[in-house]
Amino acid sequence: MKPKSFNYLRPDDLQEALQALQQLRDDARIMAGGLSLVPMMNFRLLETKYVIDISGLASMAYIREAPTEVEIGAAATQAELLAWPNLAKSLPLLSQAMPHVGHFQTRSRGTVCGSIAHSDPSSELPLCLATLGGSVVLQSARATRVLVAEEFQIGMLATARQPDEMVTAVRFPVRKLGTGYAFAEMAQRHGDFAICAVAAVVSKTAMRLGVGGVAEKPTVCDWPALADGEIDDALNDFAWELGGSDDIHANAGYRRDLVRTLGRRVIEEAQKCLN
Amino acid sequence: MLELKAGERHRITFTLDGAEVRGFAEPRMLLSDFLRHELGRTEVHVACEHGVCGTCTVLLDDKPARSCLTFAVQASGRRVETVRSLSPADGKLSDLQESFRRRHALQCGYCTPGILVSSEAFLRHNVGPSEQDVREMLSGHLCRCTGYVGMVDAILETAKMRASSTPT
Repeated sequence: MKPKSFNYLRPDDLQEALQALQQLRDDARIMAGGLSLVPMMNFRLLETKYVIDISGLASMAYIREAPTEVEIGAAATQAELLAWPNLAKSLPLLSQAMPHVGHFQTRSRGTVCGSIAHSDPSSELPLCLATLGGSVVLQSARATRVLVAEEFQIGMLATARQPDEMVTAVRFPVRKLGTGYAFAEMAQRHGDFAICAVAAVVSKTAMRLGVGGVAEKPTVCDWPALADGEIDDALNDFAWELGGSDDIHANAGYRRDLVRTLGRRVIEEAQKCLN
Repeated sequence: MLELKAGERHRITFTLDGAEVRGFAEPRMLLSDFLRHELGRTEVHVACEHGVCGTCTVLLDDKPARSCLTFAVQASGRRVETVRSLSPADGKLSDLQESFRRRHALQCGYCTPGILVSSEAFLRHNVGPSEQDVREMLSGHLCRCTGYVGMVDAILETAKMRASSTPT
């Protein structure tokens, strides 16, 4: 339960971090809070020659609101987002999901971007990003590009990030008028990874449900506004499309059942708060 | 840019419970191991070593941190507090610790130092927490003896006592 030996780099600014990454490429890992990276290193699931610690880069610890989206920098912690005064108003889905992201003791250091870069299929932040249609800013010493969530996360713990790129920010679209948002999850312990997590975005003309913890990555399904009697069948079809597998926490059938029941619950919840 | 070579022990200095401490650590050394093995601070308990159980929780610049997910070199130049910082003097218990004793909030006591540290951090930022708030905070810790009821009572009791003793 101790990590293998590595070189530790602490850049003074983003440019230094990007230059180091350009030089070291796959030999280096970016560490912000370390809440995902270090457990994997302790377990020896992951070995790296270099750790680039960006947790001290104060200029990256920002939450910035523009008219259509909220941008969160790579060093901003989950606790900072949870305490952000505009959270409930501008990002109602995240306001409901953030209390399920880890614990009081881990959100203090775990970052929003780190969780998305890690891209665990059952974690809440990648699910919210996918369901809201947010995007990820990838920067390298040579270029900057922005990928929508669906292009960024390509599978389980797998993203479209190139070896010299770093996730420098993520962007969440702000709440739209006439739209309701709801989130729910089932986990063994409050704050643990979800067995199944669901996020709904509902307007008068459309319904969207995002599901985490079942398929290899958070998966989103869109419907036109369904009548009450059509929702269960639509959710059932979606649950079978997602597949899902058996593991120590739950079997695939139970996960499908959670998609049906929690899915219905969040759609109804989101309908109630149409604004 | 600070560069610390793998396999080499590097000088680190930080403030531990109000006093400056020094030592040498390889980049791979966990803060929990540095505190225990290099400084003999065995009040920091270690259990799962992958961030799940919360036993090794310390405060890093006032914020709770899993010391098993923190490298010792990261603490350099910063402030670290263990459960020792809670008690006002040797042999004396803080109000929170007294409440833990009164409410039977521990049995074997192995998980207790981490829980006290994060409960103290929680209480500093939450005046008048609800039982649900306290239970959610405790979800970041594992205790296999008590079932948490005594801890919830002790933390709520401390919150109440502090609120009533603070002039408004």
